[in-house]
Amino acid sequence: MEMPTPNAAVISRKDQIVARLAKVLPPDAVISDIRETKAYECDGLTAYRCPPMCAVLPANTGEVVAVLKICHEMGVPVVPRGSGTSLAGGALPTADCVILGVAKMNAVIETNYDDRYIRVQSGRTNLSVTGAVEQNGFFYAPDPSSQLACAIAGNIAMNSGGAHCLKYGVTTNNLLGITMVMMDGTVVEIGGAHLDAGGLDLLGVICGSEGQLGVVTEATLRILHKPEGARPVLMGYDSSEVAGQVVTDIIKAGVLPVAIEFMDRPCIEATENFAKAGYPMCEALLIVEVEGSDAEIDAQLALIMKIAASHNPVELREAKDAEEAGRIWLGRKSAFGAMGQINDYMCLDGTIPVSSLPHVLRRIGEMSKQFGLDVGNVFHAGDGNMHPLILFDANKPGDLELCEEFGAEILKLCVEVGGCLTGEHGVGIEKRDLMNVQFAPADIEAQMAVKDVFDPAWLLNAAKVFPLASSEPRRAA
Amino acid sequence: MTPENEDDLAQMITGASGPLRIVGGGTRPIGRCAGEALSTAQLSGITLYEPGALTLVAKAGTPVAEIETALAAENQRLAFEPMDHRALLGTKGTPTIGGVVAANVSGPRRISVGACRDFMLGVRFVDGTGTIIKNGGRVMKNVTGYDLVKLLTGSYGTLGVLTEVSLKVLPAVATQATLTLDGLDDATAIAAMSASLSSPYEVTGVAHDPATGKTCFRLEGFADSVAYRADALAKALAKFGTLDVVDDARTVKATWAAIRDVAAFADQPGDVWRLSVKPSDAAGIVAGIGAKAVQYDWGGGLIWALTQGGDLRAALGDFKGHATLIRGTADVPTFQPESAPLAAITAGLRAKFDPRGILNPGIMS
Repeated sequence: MEMPTPNAAVISRKDQIVARLAKVLPPDAVISDIRETKAYECDGLTAYRCPPMCAVLPANTGEVVAVLKICHEMGVPVVPRGSGTSLAGGALPTADCVILGVAKMNAVIETNYDDRYIRVQSGRTNLSVTGAVEQNGFFYAPDPSSQLACAIAGNIAMNSGGAHCLKYGVTTNNLLGITMVMMDGTVVEIGGAHLDAGGLDLLGVICGSEGQLGVVTEATLRILHKPEGARPVLMGYDSSEVAGQVVTDIIKAGVLPVAIEFMDRPCIEATENFAKAGYPMCEALLIVEVEGSDAEIDAQLALIMKIAASHNPVELREAKDAEEAGRIWLGRKSAFGAMGQINDYMCLDGTIPVSSLPHVLRRIGEMSKQFGLDVGNVFHAGDGNMHPLILFDANKPGDLELCEEFGAEILKLCVEVGGCLTGEHGVGIEKRDLMNVQFAPADIEAQMAVKDVFDPAWLLNAAKVFPLASSEPRRAA
Repeated sequence: MTPENEDDLAQMITGASGPLRIVGGGTRPIGRCAGEALSTAQLSGITLYEPGALTLVAKAGTPVAEIETALAAENQRLAFEPMDHRALLGTKGTPTIGGVVAANVSGPRRISVGACRDFMLGVRFVDGTGTIIKNGGRVMKNVTGYDLVKLLTGSYGTLGVLTEVSLKVLPAVATQATLTLDGLDDATAIAAMSASLSSPYEVTGVAHDPATGKTCFRLEGFADSVAYRADALAKALAKFGTLDVVDDARTVKATWAAIRDVAAFADQPGDVWRLSVKPSDAAGIVAGIGAKAVQYDWGGGLIWALTQGGDLRAALGDFKGHATLIRGTADVPTFQPESAPLAAITAGLRAKFDPRGILNPGIMS
């Protein structure tokens, strides 16, 4: 993956830059020793690494303003960083950049149960937002699988989703307001405890802009009361076509499960060897979860089981209690770990129209043979968000490149059938150069025009999202 | 001007020599602007509908009624239940999906499922230079590039003329019921509404009308589930009074259509303002504005205020939220003035998407 040539003039002024940053931050908040900046050399996309020029860890909005003003004035690129869990390289540094980490900003500012929101500093982790309200029976709905570690700042940057977004939506549907510092140090307050924008929906375009429009320091998030209960069923089928039809029939029957998860045979085999969840060996496995009171769950599951049974399942298992529910989810939740036991893997997240599922899985199977790399598919089937896991050996020369080539072909296929490159991980550097597959030059130009307004000098995370050739004239200006 | 297709529209915008006033069905004349009328009426028709994928794509000029009929045939619906402004604004014509999206029009269910913007998956539009641009797509999860879909939704045509929109749709429900509390003052009604929304019983509409003293709660779903939750909600709200339950489908539908369309103000003279606020601030705000009448929706988060005229914002002062003049002749900005930095961003975006300032100029001021 190509990155822009670092700006030598910026790097040559490192001492001056660090000295100025040190004047506005406490001593432990400026990290410039190469032994320590190495800690920030990569995010969850570990194949790519580059230590930043320095890293800063401001503790509040005021300190972020001070840092950005200095960087703006001195023309220093800034890469914002939440918890560094991005799978797309969203927080990958450049050698001439300041990493602005929000990890110290993790306080809860306000909780309001009557109006159903919480306001937090953006470095707070996703799961600890729920942790702050669950004693009152509430939760924060978006649940990316990295939720134990990932920060709200990163969730907002990537518009993160999760397994339960079929019912609850993704970050943008649960974000009410933000405090954001723009690259020139201007602080903007957008939204709040009320709903919808009074003018243009700036919150809507900032969410998912991958840290390119500003640094979000505080966020107001919608919280919901937990459902009375939830229960999954597991079903196995001997073809993905049939499993796809079951998903369609469930949705058309008027039931809206909170989650519909799909796993294919390679994934089932890997997780069985790893987690021993007792999954049936079959071509396609579905986990469908519904919520509500016991009686409501019974009623919804009766309908779902009837549909499931009418398609000749090889296995149909309803959780009778929490222990069985846990076992049904065990394999799915261990899927990534299980694949990781076998080899290094690359996780993609293209989205497709649900109706294209059988075709796409068949094509991925063919490509797997062609590239000679194994692939397992985990899939949020209700919303079409695929997670093909391509196995490769990082120590084998050329294998990473082969894997990336395979991944790119899968993403092109997703676009070809009417889907998109990324459903929840973001573009980052990983899918940056594939943007031309999904978008015409004018579509990309319109997006870059938005960045021009927020960050005219293109200093914020500028080497991401857009193909380097497209953004080059702006970055070089 | 009535372009027959997207290319035609692009050419007309490229060749335009002055301001254009973009018209869908012409049923929501919110905000003022002058210019030659540009109608999307001929850009009409559902281009894709996949019930099993909960996705519908339609050209901007497609009548909302046509979409609702197609959805109903598959037992699905637009869950954000867009308001019909005709009675309130005294307009005729046919509401279009492009108009709904351009004004981000939602209804009472916004409080539980989200606004129009939350159901928007993709857009095609022509910007002020005549360039055709697409963003988003037709799949439910998509973070590929910036979300211009949300930026365009609610932009009242000022960034571009919508030509096609893709929407997430949801299953229709088997049963609906309205539960009603009677005689609560505003503050107590809002406390009751907040309690219902803070329960696990999935209330999908919560409104209060001080004129009738009725506080309404809507439950939807399979019959057994609605019955169970009606019972549970009655217990949870027992301290506010006894809940009266209506489950006759036609009555329930009519009740919520009237709340959605603010029917009570339709035949009353006066200006109509729409305020989005923090629910627990609502009663205090209403007490301070001296309106002729008000209605609360969204559990108190949405206030409809009927006034004698004049600038309601003067009475509101510095409040948290925004106020829009929906009907009236008062010489005040239609939309809530923004803070200086936000106004600068907004102006910057308009200058990029419509450098000549010809698309609905001034409509959002």
